Amino acid sequence: MAEPSRLVSGGSADTLPPGELRRVCSEPPVTIYNVDGAFYATDDWCSHDKASLAEGWLEGHTIECPWHMAKFCVRTGKALTAPARVDIRTFPVRVENGELFVDLGAAA
Amino acid sequence: MPAVMDDRIVILGAGQAGARLAEALRDGGHTGPVTLVGAEAHPPYERPQLSKEMLLDPGASLTPIKPVAGWGMAGIRLLTGMAATGVDAASRSVTLADGQVLRWDRLVFATGTRPRRLPLLEAGPVPVLYLRTVEDALDLRRRLRPGLRLAVLGGGVIGLEVAAAAMKQGCSVDLVEAAPRLLSRAVPPLVAGRLSARHALAGVGLHVGRQAVGMADGGVILDDGRVLPADLVLIGIGVEPCIDLALPLGIADADGIRVDAQGRTAQPGIFAIGDVASQWSRWHGRWSRVETWANAQNQALATAASLLGRDQPHADAPWFWSDQYDLTLQACGDATTGEMVVRGDPQGAFATIHLVDGHINGATSINAPGDMAALRRLVTARAAIAADQLADPGFHLRRAVAALPKS
Repeated sequence: MAEPSRLVSGGSADTLPPGELRRVCSEPPVTIYNVDGAFYATDDWCSHDKASLAEGWLEGHTIECPWHMAKFCVRTGKALTAPARVDIRTFPVRVENGELFVDLGAAA
Repeated sequence: MPAVMDDRIVILGAGQAGARLAEALRDGGHTGPVTLVGAEAHPPYERPQLSKEMLLDPGASLTPIKPVAGWGMAGIRLLTGMAATGVDAASRSVTLADGQVLRWDRLVFATGTRPRRLPLLEAGPVPVLYLRTVEDALDLRRRLRPGLRLAVLGGGVIGLEVAAAAMKQGCSVDLVEAAPRLLSRAVPPLVAGRLSARHALAGVGLHVGRQAVGMADGGVILDDGRVLPADLVLIGIGVEPCIDLALPLGIADADGIRVDAQGRTAQPGIFAIGDVASQWSRWHGRWSRVETWANAQNQALATAASLLGRDQPHADAPWFWSDQYDLTLQACGDATTGEMVVRGDPQGAFATIHLVDGHINGATSINAPGDMAALRRLVTARAAIAADQLADPGFHLRRAVAALPKS
């Protein structure tokens, strides 16, 4: 059984241009990324050492943790490089009337 | 380039650099035999935790770089607990401790470093430890008990991280540094002062500008004649490169094995990576070994590309991090020279940025990882940005990186 959807607002889509990312202080906190106009969301905490990925470096579909340079794919949540070994979760993002919504109930 | 992809590649040293290189060769499509020869008993593992979690958590275990079965699955022949005893460039062969001879078309030195020792102190009545391997870390952890009096010699990253861990374990700690301040080769006085204050707050006795000159019954003798009472001594005064096998080949000196940005030594077919490799630093204007986790990782990737016949020179500015108490320090490039700009609150989270002739040549940060993620790239690019902009917290470093000309 999938969990019921639990939508949180991620703010306006206009203020998150391509190449940028933003932390949403939800529970759990998530980071929303804009990669070439497509929006993605993942856990905000790096699975390695609890740093905020929203402070990290987004390049293409890869987010690099600002503390120890672990890299994750923002589409799949896959841990791409050491020191991270554990994948992070991804969450669906949709845009309604220019506002971003993350579904915390639909973690993958 | 089929001839290149079929080559037999032997890597001496199974630490971070050697392991990453082996992995990257396979990821990059290398089809020839890859042999990774490590003197340590363990498959390749992560070292950063040895001076951090490993000293605190009795349950902390070795973090392998790859699950053990992964090496075989990737078609990498891993020999652990096996020292190499000789290299012959003419016949392109390596002799191992058990007598077997490995032939290679390309050879990579990833032999790393070993701690600089102080034999004079080792002969004394107080036990002396160094920290390089997991065995060293576990030995130290077993001995760190509440009330233990620990003397740490050396105020570099290892010494400071051990001091912080020992304080958390309830030890009483004195730290001795020969230079007038902590981390003097890596960070500016402002940052060193912040770290000193944090260690002092935790209760560490700091003795800067002092050296240990001998061991007395129950303590360490300093050069001012004082005796620091100690039950255990941890020495972290730097390392020396493991160049025994490289010296006869004419590619090494006391500073390591000199390589270009593709990892090539002066001998055709022989490469060097990681802590043992001496590289030209555009930021420091000199040759130096870069003894960091990030270099082991990224220089290995660049050298793997070079071995695969691709040109992807290693160009990253040197960078490291250190975790002490509630502080995460990061430093990049040369943060000890030039004009210093402070960004943020020096008592809270902040960064220092170091300009040489108007170009960003180095940076440090305390608890400001977001700034450092951008600064690492600005240092690597030696970007020209005005000091007043950099000091302005409203100035967007990330966008400054995006505005850099693409190389």
